[in-house]
Amino acid sequence: MKRVALLGMPNTGKSTLFNRLTGAHAKVGNWPGLTVELLSAKLLVGDQMVQLIDLPGIYDMHGFSDDEKVVTTFLETQTTDLLVVLLNTSQLDRQLNFVQQVMQQRVPVLLVMNMVDEAQKLGIHVDTKGLSEQLGVHVCLLSAKYGQGMEQLLPAIRKVLTATSPSHPSGVETNHVEQAFGQCISVPSQASHVLTESLDRVLLHPWFGLPIFFAVMLLVFQGVFAIGKPLQDATAWMLTEGRTFLLEPLMATWPTVVQGLLLDGLYNGLSTVASFVPLIVLFFVFMGIVEDTGYLSRAAYLMDALMSRFGLDGRSFVMLLMGFGCNVPALMGTRVIRSKGLRYLTMLVIPFSLCSARMQVFVFFIAALFTATQAPWVLFSLYVMSLLMAMLTSLLFKNRYVNNDAFILEMPPYRFPTLRQIVLRGWQEVRHFLHRASRFIVIGVLLVWALTNFPIGVGAGSIDSWAGQMGQFMAPVLSPLGISAELTIALIFGFVAKEIVIGSLAVIYGLEGQMLVDTITSHLHWMQAYSFMLFVLIYTPCVSTIATIRNETKSLWFTTLSVVWPLCAAWCVSFIFYETATYFVRA
Amino acid sequence: MPHSSTLKSNATALRTLEGLRVGESACIVSLNVEADLSKRFSALGLRPGNWVRVLRSAILGGPMHLRIGTTELILRRHEARSIALAP
Repeated sequence: MKRVALLGMPNTGKSTLFNRLTGAHAKVGNWPGLTVELLSAKLLVGDQMVQLIDLPGIYDMHGFSDDEKVVTTFLETQTTDLLVVLLNTSQLDRQLNFVQQVMQQRVPVLLVMNMVDEAQKLGIHVDTKGLSEQLGVHVCLLSAKYGQGMEQLLPAIRKVLTATSPSHPSGVETNHVEQAFGQCISVPSQASHVLTESLDRVLLHPWFGLPIFFAVMLLVFQGVFAIGKPLQDATAWMLTEGRTFLLEPLMATWPTVVQGLLLDGLYNGLSTVASFVPLIVLFFVFMGIVEDTGYLSRAAYLMDALMSRFGLDGRSFVMLLMGFGCNVPALMGTRVIRSKGLRYLTMLVIPFSLCSARMQVFVFFIAALFTATQAPWVLFSLYVMSLLMAMLTSLLFKNRYVNNDAFILEMPPYRFPTLRQIVLRGWQEVRHFLHRASRFIVIGVLLVWALTNFPIGVGAGSIDSWAGQMGQFMAPVLSPLGISAELTIALIFGFVAKEIVIGSLAVIYGLEGQMLVDTITSHLHWMQAYSFMLFVLIYTPCVSTIATIRNETKSLWFTTLSVVWPLCAAWCVSFIFYETATYFVRA
Repeated sequence: MPHSSTLKSNATALRTLEGLRVGESACIVSLNVEADLSKRFSALGLRPGNWVRVLRSAILGGPMHLRIGTTELILRRHEARSIALAP
């Protein structure tokens, strides 16, 4: 099978093009000699299947960063039949060098000039035919985001792949590319994005910029809540009805143990978790919109001065924000940071980001113990707490992990996210959830069911069950935090993945939906619930996070630190909160 | 006054991007950074011969918002100090 690699600088729309070409069927895979996984997919070009590989975005073919090493190692060790080189058409001047370097690789090249929509708005004109003739390579002008010009891409790839004498430009002279670009590309002298300029004047305002940013984030959380809560209630209702009217009559004649395992164990656990899917998907869609508009780079600009005092920088802050979705991609995103110190420090603080899995735990408890007017503020306080913990951690460790990286970041113009991007992101989230569900949550809830129902003969979830005994064993440590035996079991399983927490509570209490909420409301004081939420927020997010940290750092010591420190911090914060709160309530 | 004129020429010779005010443009003459960083700067448009304009500066010593051609960047002042400008 022929192999086609996608190459380009960061922010040239590589993943957009990759998604556009392959749909959502890409797989991550390991490559011999490479330390990172690369995204690849099979693609039908004409009548032959080719393998398309998404290489990391790099600035220079001769650089020394991890990503640059990945690309050069890949090109050295894997036979590549074609390099599709992606360029941002509106910023061609600064990509000249890169094009030259790529053309010296002795691999057939196809130049794809992306973001033609933006270039046209700026009045940039490209003579693709002239350029193609002068450089001796195919040139496509397109917009991967809007699909404009996409129809030329596959035929062009086919042409290069089937050509008898592949037209890779041998020995391109250094100024040849510059000459060709100069002759075939015209850029008006005053090219600027008018909308971006006026928006930036407000959104990057020295005094109003930050308040606006926090207001936008608050609005996102409010929006997720306002739209997501009814959706979640509806899903939960449907799943309960499904049990009462479909599953219970169907299984009525089955043995009690099997019924218990399937209904109280598997179904209760899974359906409680599944009812949160709409909320999670919405959250990712909203965060995705914020990301796609280009506002996150503005956040980096606004926050950098503050972050530098904590030994971090604007990019660390953006990674923290990304961590609000899921910590794992945020941890992998730190690869763009070249200073080892800064990268480690950022990886140490990312797990404090309140990810969507933890959000579902909080939404559940907040709905059970706080009024609808209090709810968004309680959730917001947890987000603030999440940032405070990150700041505290970086203050404590900034002298150990010292930042010596330069801070330079591209500011893309503001962009409208397309419906296609939004839908794709939502779909990927559902898929991601199902994937996790099949791995952790099913095993988790079944294990919880077994622990709460064995040894045979004990009352489900009673003190005599295995789970009850575990809870009792931990009681001296966790009861000063107001965390009950039931919650302790949920915490233990939550170590694997936070999605299990609510599912395991459903199994422990043998209830689901509104019944479970009512039981929690009557069993817990709000202070206990908040203390529990603080603990869930701060201690290890999930096994995947730990595995990712281990993978990215290859350091057992650092991985241990990233588990032990949050665990200690979680205990201390919950302890301080619970003891202080009960003192004041008693007084 | 020859003395003050040497002072002045020294000052102008040391003009860096950090000292460029909001709304002003200048031509880059050299990058005084290590090779790897210099490659990254060049790839983003910060290279000798190019004109750079300061769009705005963040408060509390935060980064500068720059434009080179059609590319916009943010850069910390510390790094801006190592970019020398034509007088």
